[in-house]
Amino acid sequence: MEIMARIKKFGLVGRGGGCYPVASKWDSVKKAAGEKKYVVCNGSEGEPGVEKDNYILANYSDKLIEGIRLALDYLRENGRVEVFGYIYLNDEFYKKYSKSLNEKIASLNLPISLFCKPHIGGYIGGEETSLLNAIEGRRIEPRLRPPYPNTFGLWGHPTIINNVETFYNVSLVNEEKFENKRFYTIRGDSLWTGVFDLPDSMSIEQVLKQTKNYPDFPFFVQVGGEGSGVVLNSDQLNMPASGCASITIYSVQKHQPIELLKKWVDFFSSESCGQCVPCREGTYRLKEIFYSGKINWTLVSELLSNLSDASLCGLGCAVPIPIASFIKNVAPLYGDQSLSLPEENRKMICECFG
Amino acid sequence: MSIQKKDKKELNKTSLKIPKKVDNFVKIKINDKEIASAPDETIFVAAMKNDIYIPGLCGHPDFCAKANCRICVVEIKGRKALATACSTKVEKGMEIRTDSDQVRKARNTNIELVFAEHIERCPTCIWRVNCKLLDLADRYKIEIAHFRDRKANRKNYKFANSVEIDGTQCIDCRNCLDACNSMQKINYLELRGKGADQEVVPTSNKDIDCIYCGQCAVHCPVGSAQEQAHWGLVEKALTDKRKITVAMLAPSIRVSIGEEFGLGTKVMTGQIVAALKQLGFDYVFDVNFGADITTMVEAGELLERVKKNQEEKEKLQKSKNKIPNSKSQIPNSVLPMITSCCPAWVKYVEFYHPELIPNLTTARSPQIHCGGAVKTYWADLKKINPKNITTVSVMPCTAKKFESNRKELKIDGMWPVDYVITVRELAWMIKKNKINFGKLKNQTVDNPLDEHSGSALIYGTSGGVMESALRSAEYLACKNKKKCDFKVDFKEVRGLAGVKETVVEINKVKIRVAVVNCIGNIDQIIENLHNYDYIEVMACPGGCIGGGGQAYPTTPEIRKKRMEALYKTDKNLPMRSAFENKEVLKVLSWFKKDPKLEHEVLHTSYINRKNLNALDKLNIKIM
Repeated sequence: MEIMARIKKFGLVGRGGGCYPVASKWDSVKKAAGEKKYVVCNGSEGEPGVEKDNYILANYSDKLIEGIRLALDYLRENGRVEVFGYIYLNDEFYKKYSKSLNEKIASLNLPISLFCKPHIGGYIGGEETSLLNAIEGRRIEPRLRPPYPNTFGLWGHPTIINNVETFYNVSLVNEEKFENKRFYTIRGDSLWTGVFDLPDSMSIEQVLKQTKNYPDFPFFVQVGGEGSGVVLNSDQLNMPASGCASITIYSVQKHQPIELLKKWVDFFSSESCGQCVPCREGTYRLKEIFYSGKINWTLVSELLSNLSDASLCGLGCAVPIPIASFIKNVAPLYGDQSLSLPEENRKMICECFG
Repeated sequence: MSIQKKDKKELNKTSLKIPKKVDNFVKIKINDKEIASAPDETIFVAAMKNDIYIPGLCGHPDFCAKANCRICVVEIKGRKALATACSTKVEKGMEIRTDSDQVRKARNTNIELVFAEHIERCPTCIWRVNCKLLDLADRYKIEIAHFRDRKANRKNYKFANSVEIDGTQCIDCRNCLDACNSMQKINYLELRGKGADQEVVPTSNKDIDCIYCGQCAVHCPVGSAQEQAHWGLVEKALTDKRKITVAMLAPSIRVSIGEEFGLGTKVMTGQIVAALKQLGFDYVFDVNFGADITTMVEAGELLERVKKNQEEKEKLQKSKNKIPNSKSQIPNSVLPMITSCCPAWVKYVEFYHPELIPNLTTARSPQIHCGGAVKTYWADLKKINPKNITTVSVMPCTAKKFESNRKELKIDGMWPVDYVITVRELAWMIKKNKINFGKLKNQTVDNPLDEHSGSALIYGTSGGVMESALRSAEYLACKNKKKCDFKVDFKEVRGLAGVKETVVEINKVKIRVAVVNCIGNIDQIIENLHNYDYIEVMACPGGCIGGGGQAYPTTPEIRKKRMEALYKTDKNLPMRSAFENKEVLKVLSWFKKDPKLEHEVLHTSYINRKNLNALDKLNIKIM
């Protein structure tokens, strides 16, 4: 059975968080016209709190390279199409793994090069069109879409972009060993933190219990990264953990609301590429407001809804996620006085979280 | 509700303008109004064509959409997030709203945020009169002090005496970067830093230097990139009773200045003269006069170079054993000869290709010729001490400010042109003095330097200098003037294409000519220099009609209108060629009496700026 049939059989979806079906993505690149095509493996995990790329690179790099090889072969069409692969690594991973990866690639004689994301690339450098800009030597920031990378990717050629975990799973699919598992990074106020390989179908609660990380103190969690992840209270953990990649546990006692808000907005304002007004100016102003000592919540709600409505890329749209979900799900635990947030503004902020 | 009702009523009254080809349009709705739009159009264009206003700051028809100001956001039915009208293409059945609550909120927030990036200097800002930001604030009743200005400590970068980028006013739209990098391919401006710290700065790469074309300024929506203003100095000179003030207006500004007053693109020489007189200038002359001098000097030089070049070739053939040595060529036999009236192009040669300096014509530019003639011939005629004359030229250009201060242009210790102001600066002075420009009665320029040919006028557009020189070269080359048949129109060199080429025959010699329109297109010509005998280069798109000091806005459509206005006027003039300008011939023969002065007024030299240190590289007077 060829690889595409297997991917379809197992219904493999991308492990980046968008859950985009791998079969559709690969298919669209194959169908796109072009004599030159690229496969890019995104190994530049910038989301704080997610450590699965590091884990896979350390433990399963053979399988990772095999996944990329399968994608290259799929696009090659008996040599009619010239194919090249890139493994795009952040500088930390590049330092750690480039030597061993290069040796393996050389021994298999594959047309794959490593690319080291410059440190300045930061969080946004992991976004797929920023990554294309980085490899092309342009300023590292997202491109306008359309055109999408599947038809107009690296240097204008059709390009498959998947992350490390997806390529790893492709090789499992090929060996028919795929069990639809996910890597979960568990961090925060708990003892048994680390990266765990667990079934996709488990709920967040089950993941925490299975890994002996379910706290016995008042807590809340942030799933999907410590930057753009959603904040949930302990009564909301029945939802499937599928695709969340990370669960960070916060003790209610240990963390003060305003400090968390500052932490998130610090992260986004320092990672904003500066292209669009809602994000560049919005995160700057949010930071200004949160640090001012007297929070103008009307402005905060306006800025947050502007970020989710009008930003150019996913980073801008993600800024309201931790902030609004925290205010919606967790802030009540701290009592009404904690943020002195007027009810009217609270409603508006919760709305922009959807 | 009332708006919707009104829209529907209008919809019933006016029949839709549907293109005839049925499969060639897309039906969409904007604010409930049904619209037939071309399939590849953006929402912005479709709305504009149907008189639906969508605001925006970062877009310019010269560039690809960047969609970074997010002010043109619209709501599309079925989509959660808003879309930018400038970058989103229409799709069949799209239902778009430009006025919903969601749109209004996002748009207004973004305008407020942009405003807080820009430190208002309205009282002395020449952009105030057509400031996009103030317009938007007014239209949407924006609270402009919602956020505290955040860029108070940003730097102001000055490029020679021509252009400046004031970081305290920059709104990060990046149009200047597009102009400098994609359009002009100079890459002098860079974006340094990230997020809110990002800043447009001149490059630190020593192999790149600004050519002062000012395309950044004419594409900046808020006047952060702008000309270094000299109108203040001009105002001062005008009040100085000891000085005789002379204004000189460039060919292309007469068609564009009306735009600054909402009067459209048309020739308004008479009103400009009247306005200048009302501002207090004692005399007003036309740079067209200088352009006719330039044409005569340049056409003469072209013929001389072609002749000498041929003689050398023949000599070479006779002595076949000798190895040809290009360095032994004396400058006036070097071909191709290249025009030098564009000061940005001259700076480009001096810095990037100093090996081409011998190719540049030694003829000075029209404004310098004009100023030179005023301070010598005219001063002598009027018995005025030329040291008491202050000449001010009104230019479509920022690089002309640089040119006017080049030390090698001095005549007997005097600057031919004392101050250069742009079209925008003049418009600002007119508005500031509450002169009703549209109502001014026509006045003519002062004599005796008042004659000019059509070929002077077309200096203002790409191909014009070439065509002017060709019109006169044929006449000059012809020995038996009565029998010669002069061609006037050289349509092959006209238009807005990037490179235009043709072969013309002058005195039975084939001359291969090329015209480069916009410095971004220069590479292909520089690589193939040996294929040409005469080349015109204008650094700005369209030539001076698209210059960095032109009226705001300048778009491809507006450049075309300005070009057409110039050619139309040229066509209707009784005198089409420089050699017919009797006044110019008189001035030229007056100079013949004093060969040293003649050389000083008519010719110039250039400097290799490639390996000079920063200060010497400038080699100009800094005001």
